[in-house]
Amino acid sequence: MEIVAKNHPLDKYLRTDRIPHIWCPGCGLGTVLNCFLHALEETDIDLKNLAIVSGIGCTGRVAGYINVDSYHTTHGRAIPFATGLKLANPKLKVVVFSGDGDLFAIGGNHFIHAARRNIDMTVICVNNYNYGMTGGQLGPTTPLDARTTTSPYGNIEHPFNLCHVAAASGAVYVARWTALHVRRLKESMKEALNKKGFSFIEVIASCPTTYGRRNKMPTGLETMKYYKEHSVIKHGIDPSKADIEIGKDIVVGKFVDIEKPTFDEAVHELIKKARK
Amino acid sequence: MRIEIKFGGFGGQGIITMGHIAGKACIYDERNVVFTPSYGPEARGGAASSNIVISDEEIDYPYVTYPDILVVMSQEAYEKYAPLLKEEGLLIIDEDLVRLKNGEGRVAKIPATRIAENLGKRIVTNIVMLGFFTGVTKLISYDAIKKAVLETVPAKFKELNEKALDEGYKRGIEWQEE
Amino acid sequence: MQVKFYSGNIACAEGAIAAGCRFFAGYPITPSSEIAEHMALRLPQVGGIFIQMEDELASMAAILGASWGGAKAMTATSGPGFSLMQENIGLGAMTETPCVVVNVQRAGPSTGMPTLVGQADVMQARWGSHGDYEIIALSPSSPQECFDLTIRAFNLAEEYRVPVIVLMDESVSHMFEKVIIPPKEKIRIVNRKKPRVPPDEFLPYKADDFIPPMACAGEGYSVHVTGLTHDEKGYPQATSPEVQERLVRRLCDKIRKNERKMRDIEEYEMEDAEIAIVSFGTTARSAKAAVKFARKKGYKVGLIRLKTIWPFPDEYFESLDGIKKFLVVEVNYGQIKLEVERNVGKNRVELLPKMGGEIHTPEEIYKKIREVLQWK
Repeated sequence: MEIVAKNHPLDKYLRTDRIPHIWCPGCGLGTVLNCFLHALEETDIDLKNLAIVSGIGCTGRVAGYINVDSYHTTHGRAIPFATGLKLANPKLKVVVFSGDGDLFAIGGNHFIHAARRNIDMTVICVNNYNYGMTGGQLGPTTPLDARTTTSPYGNIEHPFNLCHVAAASGAVYVARWTALHVRRLKESMKEALNKKGFSFIEVIASCPTTYGRRNKMPTGLETMKYYKEHSVIKHGIDPSKADIEIGKDIVVGKFVDIEKPTFDEAVHELIKKARK
Repeated sequence: MRIEIKFGGFGGQGIITMGHIAGKACIYDERNVVFTPSYGPEARGGAASSNIVISDEEIDYPYVTYPDILVVMSQEAYEKYAPLLKEEGLLIIDEDLVRLKNGEGRVAKIPATRIAENLGKRIVTNIVMLGFFTGVTKLISYDAIKKAVLETVPAKFKELNEKALDEGYKRGIEWQEE
Repeated sequence: MQVKFYSGNIACAEGAIAAGCRFFAGYPITPSSEIAEHMALRLPQVGGIFIQMEDELASMAAILGASWGGAKAMTATSGPGFSLMQENIGLGAMTETPCVVVNVQRAGPSTGMPTLVGQADVMQARWGSHGDYEIIALSPSSPQECFDLTIRAFNLAEEYRVPVIVLMDESVSHMFEKVIIPPKEKIRIVNRKKPRVPPDEFLPYKADDFIPPMACAGEGYSVHVTGLTHDEKGYPQATSPEVQERLVRRLCDKIRKNERKMRDIEEYEMEDAEIAIVSFGTTARSAKAAVKFARKKGYKVGLIRLKTIWPFPDEYFESLDGIKKFLVVEVNYGQIKLEVERNVGKNRVELLPKMGGEIHTPEEIYKKIREVLQWK
């Protein structure tokens, strides 16, 4: 095999000694990570003060590949861990990278409360509609009727609309893209990184190995085709109108971008007052 | 010597505060003391109690079992705790709130609530009682209890509380002289 | 020096602040809530951060995060909350995160007796999270010790890079007593070891003396921290039994092999004792009163009060050849008893248990001493 280039331009952001990653062929995670690294490249964030926190699951492994201070915590607890990290060191830019099950099932309570408090952090949720790492069980975002290993007759649970949850909980920035929308996703990530307060991005991503093959999308490519045909950009739409259902269009775009005082600012104001 | 004291009454009378102030005063007198407020559902609403143990030696067991001195400000507390009072113990009551049942040993009475009301605020009843307790028992020095009271109460009620303490204390000394 | 009249809970909170704690995350629960309330009041005054989290899972996760953010961090709870914290106490042990967890014990199991004393979380403190690990737990008997041992807890957490449990009980938490606060310069403070090599040479989990130096977020070391089995680089090696062997052995040995240094026992009347009462927390105060009374009657009884409960002082107990009987007095159905038995043999150990709600009275203990004397 001929080696064309010794280094990839994004190598400086990666723990290259941990590559290749563990993700399956056709998985959307590599694309999402790639977008994130490009977003870093195009912002002036000091890597020394960037911290990535993940929970458990396929997306939970993101923390381990980025060459910054990174924390791979327990299942569901990335957000409260990140809360402590950020409050103890306000200089840090804290990004939580985790999956739909981690952030919205086992960690759902933490998500809504961090959003309510408006803790200054960016949460990126890669939503692949199922628990990939454990073999494809149903999760809080699995669409109604979808087949998973724990919904062999079709899912009878109503899924969360993550952007609606985020907006209702108080997030100041809410956007949804698919792994197909690489440029828009990257731009959104830049906006979120520069946003003060609790920002949230949902990325719909393929999981051919455990979700797709049971739901008529056995390859990454077919899933991408589906995204291409079924994604509709509707910026500023009320996220409650953006439910995800099988066979229907996926509404993507930036839904929320508001200003609100953060917990971080408030707590430091409070300290000033108490010290007087 | 180990002296066990129990304060009893109903929620809202400041029974816990009494024990806390008395305990703090003992510290100012450089005596060993343990204060144990009674926690539990009974502290909300119904009967409330708090306890102090005073000693010149190290205090091991922190709780009051059979009080040497029982200060009660409600009939319920009287009925609940009086049977525990040591035979030669001293009972201190608010005479308007407690009707004695049988020939107790030593009893010191004061219309603490009435006195507080005459001073302008019923809320200082516990401080009147604390002053009375101090005068009667002489377990705590006047200076120490005054310091502890003034430290505990809100600034704008300092004067009122001092009056309440003094009135109770005066009556306590009178009781002793009798 | 200041003389204060503090409850155990307030003394614990003040001890934390004196130790340098500048981050507290907690969730209200009786009988520990006064610690959170006092921290909410006091931490901002010293520039620290208080946050009330949505539950104890989050509280424990937040203090781990804060510790990696460079702060000395603490949470406080009671039984039901302590159960929820076990998950991230395990993460703290695995990632070697210094922090302090206060458990004001009430009677359990489950909701049990929320306002009343228990001492039945001793084994939970040691074994509460899954997997093999070692932990440190301290048990105060007075508000003064709540202050002193909370400082010690922070120092041990920083020195050994491990969550340290302050195992209080409801009795000591709510009793008020004199607490002497020494001047700042008289309080010994230990801080975590920092790396001395440049980032490209730094191996975050390489330890020369069991305990690796710690690089926190924002210090330029790009450290990866994971709850997965990891090598000296901090990288996951979740399929290597060799890495697992090395890591778990070190996590346990850093505590086990330093037990002597952490040992903290009050011996009372032990010189010629034939019977030794073993107790801890508030219960030990009753035990001491019983020993005093028994001594007056001429019985050769002494008291061993454990201030450091974990790691358990095995060698100390093994060395007590002259003691004919050990009487373990605890507000549970026999937990420390098992540890004493393990060291001195079953036939030398008697138990005076209590299921919770109150501590033993000195009379109850004295009665049991008389019984044991007759069997001896």
